[in-house]
Amino acid sequence: MTTYILRRLLSSIPVLLGILFVTFALGRWIPGDPCRAILGEKATDAVCNDFIHRHGLDRPIPVQFGYYIREVAQGDFGRSFRFSKSVNELLVERLPITIELSFAALFVSIIVGIPLGVISAVRHNSWVDVLTMLWANIGVSMPVFWLGLMLAYIFALALKDTPFQLPPSGRLSPGVLTVPFYEVWNLPLQPGSFLYGVLDFIARMNILNSLLSLNFEVLRDAVRHLILPALALGTIPMALIARMARSSMLEVLGQDYIRTARAKGLRQRVVIMKHAFRNALLPLVTVIGLSLGGLLGGAVLTETVFNLSGVGRILYDAITARDYGIVQAFTVVIAIFFVILNLLVDISYAYLDPRIRLD
Amino acid sequence: MTQATQSVTVLDPEGISLKSVSLWNITLRRLRRRKSAIIGLTILSILTFIALTAQWLAPYDPYTPLIGIEEVKAREAPCIHLLGCPETKPQHILGIDGNVRDQFSRLLYGARLSLMIGFSTVTFAIVIGTVLGALGGYLGGWVDNVIMRFMDVLLAFPSLLLAIAIVTVLGPGLINALLAIGIVSIPAYARVVRASVLSVREMDYVSASRALGGSMTQILFRRILPNALTPLIVQGTLGIATAILDAAALSFLGLGAQPPTPEWGSMLGAERNQVFTAPHLVFFPGIAIALTVLAFNLLGDGLRDALDPRLAHVS
Repeated sequence: MTTYILRRLLSSIPVLLGILFVTFALGRWIPGDPCRAILGEKATDAVCNDFIHRHGLDRPIPVQFGYYIREVAQGDFGRSFRFSKSVNELLVERLPITIELSFAALFVSIIVGIPLGVISAVRHNSWVDVLTMLWANIGVSMPVFWLGLMLAYIFALALKDTPFQLPPSGRLSPGVLTVPFYEVWNLPLQPGSFLYGVLDFIARMNILNSLLSLNFEVLRDAVRHLILPALALGTIPMALIARMARSSMLEVLGQDYIRTARAKGLRQRVVIMKHAFRNALLPLVTVIGLSLGGLLGGAVLTETVFNLSGVGRILYDAITARDYGIVQAFTVVIAIFFVILNLLVDISYAYLDPRIRLD
Repeated sequence: MTQATQSVTVLDPEGISLKSVSLWNITLRRLRRRKSAIIGLTILSILTFIALTAQWLAPYDPYTPLIGIEEVKAREAPCIHLLGCPETKPQHILGIDGNVRDQFSRLLYGARLSLMIGFSTVTFAIVIGTVLGALGGYLGGWVDNVIMRFMDVLLAFPSLLLAIAIVTVLGPGLINALLAIGIVSIPAYARVVRASVLSVREMDYVSASRALGGSMTQILFRRILPNALTPLIVQGTLGIATAILDAAALSFLGLGAQPPTPEWGSMLGAERNQVFTAPHLVFFPGIAIALTVLAFNLLGDGLRDALDPRLAHVS
C-alpha cells in the first residue's frame, strides 16, 4: 500500500507542474499590462515597477515561470486589489464555506443517490426503477443555477408560512450569532499562531462549529440555510451516483455468487447488503471522485445564487471586477485541491480493491 | 474491413441467408426500440425545427423593446387569451422581460443559439481531439507522452473553472466562451480516439495496408479512424449536452453571450434577482436549457446502447 501511495504521489507531480504551467500561461495571456491587470488600474508607475521587478516580470519567460513556481510553493498567491487582502487571508476566510457546502451536497447526493440506485436495481423495471431513472436523467440535465433559483422560489416564497419554509440566501438568520468553539472551550490561544489558524478555519464552518460548541440553535439555523444550496449543488452528483449504483448493482446481482448466496437460503437483505452491495461499491467511488470537480465548479454558481460568501462567490466577484490575480490564484488553488482529492479517491480505490495496488 | 462499415449477414426466420445489413441499419433499428432515445430524438427534431424557423414562428422581434408599440410593462406576467387573459390585452404567452421584449420570441431564437453552441464547440473539440489522439496513439513514444500528459493536466482542472479562467483572460463574449468550452472538452475526445487507435494499430488489416505502401494519413484516416467513429458519436452527443450547460453557466455569470443576445443562460442571469417578483423570466429559459440538454443526454445514452457491440444481436 505504501509503495502504491508513493508511486501515486510521484505521478501527480508532473500534473501539478502542468497545472502551474497552464495557469502561468493564462496569466501571461492577460491583455495589456500585467501589473495593472493584477494590481488594478490605479496602480502608480513606481508601484508597478516594484511589482514587475519583484515578480521577475522583466526577466525571460522561463525565469518568470521559475519565480511563479517559487511563489506558489511558498504559498504566496499575491493580493487582491478588490478586497485589499492577501489571497491567503481570503482563502482562510472563504474556503470553509465552500468546503461545508460541497460536503453537504456530497452528503445529500450519497444519502439519496445510493439507496435509490440500489432499490431500482433490486426492483428492476418496477415503477421505482422507472421513476428513479427518469429523475436521474432530468437531474443531470438541469442547470445548477436554475435549480437553485427555483428551489429558492418554491421554499422561500411558495411555501412561505408553512413548516417547509426555508431561507433563500445567506448562512445564518440575522441576529443569530456564532461563537468560535475555541472561545466556548476557553482554549488559551495566541492569535496568529498556526494552531489558532487551523482552529479558526474549522470554526468558520458553522455546522461543525455549532456541533463542537453544542449550540443547537445555531446548528438548526445553519442547517436550514444549507439545505437548499446543498440540494441544488447535489442534484447532478445524486443523479450520477444513482445511475452508477443501479448499473453496478445490476451487474453484480447477475453474478453466480449471488445465485449461490440465494441458493444457500440467505435472506434477501443479507444477499443485497453483504454480498451484492459491497461488491457494487467500487465503481461508485470513481463516480463520487469524478463528481468532486463538478461540485467545485458548481459551487461558483450555487454560491452566486444563494449569496454565500465562499470561494465560488469570490471568484464571481473577481470576474466582474476584472481582478485577474484572484481568478488566477483561485484557479490554481482549486485545481491543486482537486488533484489532492483525486489522489485520495485513488488511494481509497486501491484500499478497497487490492488488485489495483498490486498491479 | 473496419468496424464502422461492417456488415452482418442476417438470417430470416426460416434460417436462409438473405441480405447484409450495415451497422448503421442495425443501430437505427435498435435505437427505434429505445423509448428514451425516441423521446430525445423527438425533442431534438422539434428544437431543430424551431431553430430553423424562429423568424417565422416568433410573434415579435427578439431584440426590439415594445415600448411605444404596445401597452405592456416590463416583466409583465404571461397573458394567454385562451386561459382567460382579457382580449383587449396583447397576447404574450411567456410574458415580457425586463427590457419590455416578448419572452417567447426570445426563447425561440435562443434555440438557434443553443444548438449552434452545442454543435460548434463539440465539432471544434472533436476535430482537435481526434488529431491529437490519433497522432498520440499512432506514433506512440514521446509524442504520445507529451500529448496525453497535457490532456491529463487539462482534465486535472474542474472543467467549468478552467473555462471560467480562460474566458476571464480572453474577455467575455460568446465566441470566447465557445472557445473555452471547446478547449476544456478536447481531452475527452483525444482519449477516446487514442484508445481506438491503440486497439487496432497492430491489427492485420492495418499491417496489410502498411505493406501495400499506404501513407500514414491514408492508414490513419481510412483504416484506423473509422473505428473511433462509434465511441466519438456517443461521446459527442453527450458532450453537446455538457457544452450547452457550461455555455449557459458562463452566460449566466456574464462571461458568455452578452445582452441583448437572446441566449437562455444570459436571459436567466439578467433576471435572476427578479425570481420572486417575475418567476416566469427565470422559469422558462431554465426549462428550455434543461429540455435541450435532456434530449441530447437521452439520445446519447440510446446511441451508446444501440452501438454497443456487446449487445450485438440483430433481431
